[in-house]
Amino acid sequence: MNALRAWPQLAAPTVLIVAAGLLGSLTDRASQIYFISALVSVAFVVALYVFVGNSGVVSFGHISFVAVGAWAAGVLSVPAEEKPATMPNLAGFLRDTTVGNVPSLAIAAAVGGVFALVAGLALMRLSGLAAGIATFAVLEITNNVLRYTDKLGPGLNVFSSVPETTGLLQATVGAVLVVTAAFVYQRSRFGRQLRAARDDPAAARAVGISVYRQRLVAFAISGVLAGFGGGLYVHLLPTGADSLYLDLTFITLAMLVIGGMTSLWGAVVGALAVSGLDSLLAEAENGLDLAGRTIDLPAGTRIVVVGFLMGLVLVVRPSGLTGGREFSFGRLRPQRPAVVQEESS
Amino acid sequence: MTTVVASFVRDVVDPQVQIDAIGLGAVYALMAVGIGLVFGVLRLVNFAYGQLIMAGAFALALASEWDWPVWAGIVLCFAVVLALSVALEWLVFRPLRLQSPAVMLVATFAVAFLLQSIALLWFGPLGKPAASLVTLNRPVTIGSLDVRKVTIVAIVVAAICLVALVLLLERTSIGLHMRAASMDFTTARLLGVRANRVIASAVLISGVLAAIVAVMLTIQFPLVTPGFALQDTIIVLAGVVVGGMNRLFSATLGGFAIGYVSGLLGGALPTDQSQYLPSLLFGLVILVLLVRPAGVFARGGGPVERV
Repeated sequence: MNALRAWPQLAAPTVLIVAAGLLGSLTDRASQIYFISALVSVAFVVALYVFVGNSGVVSFGHISFVAVGAWAAGVLSVPAEEKPATMPNLAGFLRDTTVGNVPSLAIAAAVGGVFALVAGLALMRLSGLAAGIATFAVLEITNNVLRYTDKLGPGLNVFSSVPETTGLLQATVGAVLVVTAAFVYQRSRFGRQLRAARDDPAAARAVGISVYRQRLVAFAISGVLAGFGGGLYVHLLPTGADSLYLDLTFITLAMLVIGGMTSLWGAVVGALAVSGLDSLLAEAENGLDLAGRTIDLPAGTRIVVVGFLMGLVLVVRPSGLTGGREFSFGRLRPQRPAVVQEESS
Repeated sequence: MTTVVASFVRDVVDPQVQIDAIGLGAVYALMAVGIGLVFGVLRLVNFAYGQLIMAGAFALALASEWDWPVWAGIVLCFAVVLALSVALEWLVFRPLRLQSPAVMLVATFAVAFLLQSIALLWFGPLGKPAASLVTLNRPVTIGSLDVRKVTIVAIVVAAICLVALVLLLERTSIGLHMRAASMDFTTARLLGVRANRVIASAVLISGVLAAIVAVMLTIQFPLVTPGFALQDTIIVLAGVVVGGMNRLFSATLGGFAIGYVSGLLGGALPTDQSQYLPSLLFGLVILVLLVRPAGVFARGGGPVERV
């Protein structure tokens, strides 16, 4: 009965993702990139949601897991003969090893997960503000090291000649995989224990839940998913340290907040809605014909609009577009209000 | 190895490095006070503080472009920063006052990005130079030291501001109200402290400090870009948390300490390592937080959750 009632919570996001993928396949090649990057954004936002939504602790550090995933997949899938030209100082193992598309994604996920686990061992001991600043510190360190260490990748340059395998199919399948993983996790006893600790830390401890261990599990899983998302990303666009830093951190958090921080449905809706709007604005920046009138917005309007929208949602409807609730038919039962609560700092 | 360490130590104790580090620490201490004051009364970490400074810096750059005298530029800078602070308080902080800390943190992060992207739209990624303030950046030679005038100004101004602030907080009734509100907002209100007035004064003082920092940073780095003061704010936020957010004094010390350490590392790291300065600095931040999560200079232990 319980499992039966829960299936729309997985089915609805999946349907939305597949619909976005199908819609993308109907458009011309130039517009497809918008759909593909929207689907990759779903992977990022859901990865972030697995930790932030279930634990109630804000993380500014998840893009570092995306970055190491992208680096791992990117470095290992550049063809061996191209490496000396674009990345001359690469460390031995990375120089001599080249893998295909699917293994590179798996490695990206593994690297992201291991990094999150190691960072989490220390970080999850903290809570409140200290935790927020510490995740920020991880982002700064990761970005700094990747940017200046040309033994590990392209350094200050962007990746070149990474096979562009993330098309509509790979992005759709990837997003569905990430959403399924998030769903399985939040239905598992680990996910339930962590949400219990989010809603009432004291009561959760009283029934024997280790908040530290549950947060660590969520952090590691979301690291796996973020690393995987990074792998998808590097196979889509020429990626560098700058594209995986503060801007992406902001836009990913904005998508999650706008959709609703506390539900998987909110994460997917937020990612797709903001990506859709972002694509429209991007077109408008290049001049868009709408009902006979040409709209031509100055470059940079996109992030202003997204920032404004995020502020508006936070002030007017802090629980996000979906109210932070999972999708359900009818909403017959009275729902508990979903509120992200951070423990007192 | 030993020679590397020896040269590092020699550079650290070098008076030139020391004076520059103290100058940076003084500026960061002022930013820490601005962030800490608002946190005290609102429990809100203002990520957008750096963008207030950025707005003030653009005001200075515009004034210099219009050939305004320096004092008029500084007046404009104060006006812009204060107006923006008050607007932020009205539009964002006030409606969100009852939300959870997580929502407020994300909201100020959004405001920071919004302001930065507006600046990007308005002034472009290359920014504007603030040419009229360059004279203050010239060095004065004291003995064997080249001390930039602005370093002296920064240290003196920071000292004056901190003393004035202590007097304000200790000797005036609004200061008393602010201290009461930052200890226990609800009880303070029950005892007749007017919430809006306390919050407005904290935001205003923090805006004045942002304007002062804007002037001092613009003198040192005359090219104003949309990312101006962004990295500094992130570092100061880390410093404030490392110092201890619960008391203004420990937050300020934390701000000074991280500026000082950052200045020392910047002056003493060998050139081929200096690009890793942020990694070292934030690595230290994580280490210190693990040992003292409530802050290095905080009194007593960390916050204990009662079960």
